Amino acid sequence: MTTETLDRPAFRPDRPISDTATGVETQVLVTLTVAGQLCGIPVLAVRDILGEQVITRIPLAPPEIAGSLNLRGRIVTAIDLRRRLRLPPAPDGQARMSVVAEQGGELYALLVDSVSEVLSLDASLFERNPPTLEKTWAQFSTGIFRLDGRLLVVLDVVRLLALPGEE
Amino acid sequence: MDDLLSDFLTETNESLAELDVALVTLERTPDDAETLSFIFRMVHTIKGTCGFLGLPRLERVAHAGENILGKLRDRTLTVTPAVVSQVLAAIDAIKAIVTTLSTTGAEPPGDDAALIAELNATAANEAPAIESLASQFPSVAANSVPAMQTPGAEGAEATGATPAAVPVAPIATIAPAPAAVENTVPGKAPAAIAAPAPNIPAATQTIRVTVDVLENLMTLVSELVLTRNQLLQLARTQENSAFTVPLQRLSHITSDLQEGVMKTRMQPIGNAWNKLPRLVRDLSHDLGKKIELTMIGTETELDRQVLELIKDPLTHMIRNSGDHGLETPAERRAAGKPETGTIVLNAYHEGGYIILEISDDGRGLAVDRIRAKALSSGLATEPELAAMTDSQIQRFIFRAGLSTAATVSSVSGRGVGMDVVKTNIEKIGGTIDLKSTAGQGTTFTVKIPLTLAIVSALIVEAGKERFAIPQLSVVELVRASRGQDKAGGTGNSVIERINDTPVLRLRNRLLPLVCLTEVLNLGKEDRGENAAHVVVAQVGQQIMGIIVDRVFDTEEIVVKPVAPILRHVTMFSGNTILGDGSVIMILDPNGIARASNVSAGTESKLLRHNVIDAQTTTDKTAMLLFRAGGSQRMAVPLGLVARLEDIPRAKIEMSCGSPVTQYRGKLMPLVAIDGSLDPDRPTQPLLVFAEGDRTMGLMVDEIVDVVEDRLEIELAANRPGLLGTAVIGGQATDVLDTGYWLMQAWEDWFRGAPRKSNADGQKHILLVDDSAFFRQLMIPALGAAGFRVTAVGGAAEALRLRDSGALFDAIVSDIEMPGMDGFEFARTVRAGGPWAKLPLFAMTGHADLQHAEVGHDAGFTDCVAKFEREALVACLRACVTEPVHA
Repeated sequence: MTTETLDRPAFRPDRPISDTATGVETQVLVTLTVAGQLCGIPVLAVRDILGEQVITRIPLAPPEIAGSLNLRGRIVTAIDLRRRLRLPPAPDGQARMSVVAEQGGELYALLVDSVSEVLSLDASLFERNPPTLEKTWAQFSTGIFRLDGRLLVVLDVVRLLALPGEE
Repeated sequence: MDDLLSDFLTETNESLAELDVALVTLERTPDDAETLSFIFRMVHTIKGTCGFLGLPRLERVAHAGENILGKLRDRTLTVTPAVVSQVLAAIDAIKAIVTTLSTTGAEPPGDDAALIAELNATAANEAPAIESLASQFPSVAANSVPAMQTPGAEGAEATGATPAAVPVAPIATIAPAPAAVENTVPGKAPAAIAAPAPNIPAATQTIRVTVDVLENLMTLVSELVLTRNQLLQLARTQENSAFTVPLQRLSHITSDLQEGVMKTRMQPIGNAWNKLPRLVRDLSHDLGKKIELTMIGTETELDRQVLELIKDPLTHMIRNSGDHGLETPAERRAAGKPETGTIVLNAYHEGGYIILEISDDGRGLAVDRIRAKALSSGLATEPELAAMTDSQIQRFIFRAGLSTAATVSSVSGRGVGMDVVKTNIEKIGGTIDLKSTAGQGTTFTVKIPLTLAIVSALIVEAGKERFAIPQLSVVELVRASRGQDKAGGTGNSVIERINDTPVLRLRNRLLPLVCLTEVLNLGKEDRGENAAHVVVAQVGQQIMGIIVDRVFDTEEIVVKPVAPILRHVTMFSGNTILGDGSVIMILDPNGIARASNVSAGTESKLLRHNVIDAQTTTDKTAMLLFRAGGSQRMAVPLGLVARLEDIPRAKIEMSCGSPVTQYRGKLMPLVAIDGSLDPDRPTQPLLVFAEGDRTMGLMVDEIVDVVEDRLEIELAANRPGLLGTAVIGGQATDVLDTGYWLMQAWEDWFRGAPRKSNADGQKHILLVDDSAFFRQLMIPALGAAGFRVTAVGGAAEALRLRDSGALFDAIVSDIEMPGMDGFEFARTVRAGGPWAKLPLFAMTGHADLQHAEVGHDAGFTDCVAKFEREALVACLRACVTEPVHA
């Protein structure tokens, strides 16, 4: 079930990610793809990487919420990253992976298309979001890494998980 | 806040709770030196620690209190209610300061000069006059206190947050302030206050653990249980696995561990009760009543969380009992009761529940007052009320906005009481009921689950998803079909639709239905699938049905809160992981009811259902179900049947062409319902009816069952020998007219004095009225007066009954009716036939003489004005209990 478990201390959301990127020489990111776009999440924010999971639908939940799943006895709320980023839904039958992050004592799983390697990237490759970046993306991204031939969008986990709990 | 201070606060809070109890004990047994020195030591310790921690204000109050206690201990001062009140006031002041201390970490400003001066005055024995006065009549003490301590008011005002420091109103303000502090403290078992012996809590070996640690343990154990369940499920698929034995051991250990951890959360209910002796004492002083509180089962344990949640409702109910329930000593004397009223608190376990009984021996609930109040506040209409039983009316006190206290006192009577209590109890899955007898007292019974952490839930499926419904709210499961085709036969319920709103007929009630797939937006209900299940759920006072596609089994589940981003979805009360590892949402029937308007819209409707229930004179009757005359399902009230027998076929003999048998040394006539005997059967089941020395055996095919159900006969008695058809046990059932069959056996069965028309001794009245509403009104009214009532909607129907051979003791008829009117009907009845000589009453809207005369001419025995129920009942009684003059 669990393809890889990263035994790291819990991510501290109060630490701004961009600071480490500009101040220190490298930033370690878990790379993932969603709808063909390469993205990265700071490795410290990630609790678990999960393969395909049985997800229980939650009726009446906001559309971004794919459902909930069982991670070793804890109930994890799954958030569909495609929906969150207003991307078209994944084609039927495509296996999806989850990146588990913790926020406010609760666990959340971000459903992505695939998770690839962990990259240690030089801070000099980091750039802030271009001002023309689409709002939905700019809202959830802290900046861009220029890789060889590809661009990597650094996702802001705190903002991704800050779903408005409709009152 | 430093550790020293927080330790002190925890310690002091515990001591204070014990002090309350001990002081009340002391008041009752003033010579109890042991309790006294216990109190003294407690206060002394508080004082000493205060000095050490640098809390001057607290120290001064404690010191003054200690002074008095010292004098009491040295017997230079005697224990009187007034002195105890003062010491309690001192303790309240201490409590108030401690409360502020625990929230702000510093003593509140202000001083307690007045209180201290007063305490010192008492200690110096300077107020003997007041004291003697106070001992005569306790409530005077409270009034006399402020007179001598006016300078203290400013000081007390300045403290603001410490209301209890104001001795002017020591009673009204005590309870809320310390409650918040208490909650954080795992207390010890309090002294059983009823016992006269001093009961100072013995020191047991304990360690203090924060609640968080326990909660965390509980979560871990819950997860362990789930993992264990998963493993067991896996192991079940593999036979002879090497894991079987160790797995079994693991399973046992897990269960034990779970039980052990659960136990750590358990606390004796006495912890929630330790404030009550004080409360009752204050109440009795305040109200000038003599009240004794007896607590039984203080050691009964329940979950900490539940304990916290019932504290407030409990306090409220005790207050109510003291204020509304118990009478003043004078009233009690007049009623021939002992002056001292008793409130009994009793707790015990029953199944997975804890039962709490709060009873008083007071005046009982005033049904008339509740009725009037319910009417004036628009909770029910007059006809609705008329049809209700007393206990139904008494339950109105659980509705918002109804207080029966004639005057609003400081203690209760503000009309925000019992409905809140009920809501709070229902919130934790409990129920509350009451029983009250006028002049003898009231008993409230509260049933609450032992724990909220692990609940039993029913797993259902709707729209391809599974959901859990807490078993606590499930009343029953009904299998129903969605389609209109009644292929399933009469026994199967069919979901019917009123303008697309699904409803279900359930035992002659219309049950509002909610389709789970629709409520949860899981797409349109799959109406192609014919079979459905209806989960009948109780939500507060309402009952509703939830349509689901499938029902699986029940499972013990650990309730986990849903993620914060889902909290706004009120349909779910939590989620959990099942034994197979899948996550499942737990439905909240309350939320579903709210979302589907069941609670808002159907309350009045359901109320009306209750009214209809009440129509059948008695609530539920035990009915004997049997088959006879082919395969008909028939029923007879069990009370009418003397015995059930199964006699060998050979023992049936023929006498004058009729079957008889020798039964208990006598010949007993036998009657077959379909008039024939089945010679092939080896034995013959019999229902034996007996009255005096006469017996009669009714031969049936098979005795099916005994069920408790409402006997509500629908009018279809088109065959002699049957009263009609009723829905019993969910199926249409013919109800036997016992009288008819008795007549078959002994033509003169009813001629023996006293004359009876039916074996059950009730007079049978035929009610003819075209207004369904009026019939509904009259059936329970006449039923309550002891009559059995059959109602029809018109004269023609009534005459059909006559022609079919139905017999009654009297007829009550309306005058204005469509078709044949009352006068015509009377003339027809009098013209001949079996009813010609029956007493015949007319009910008329206009009770004028002209009507009466015409009525008389037409053949009515008497005319009664409509709505004059009393008069009608009186007339009926007069006529049917005396032999009718031929």
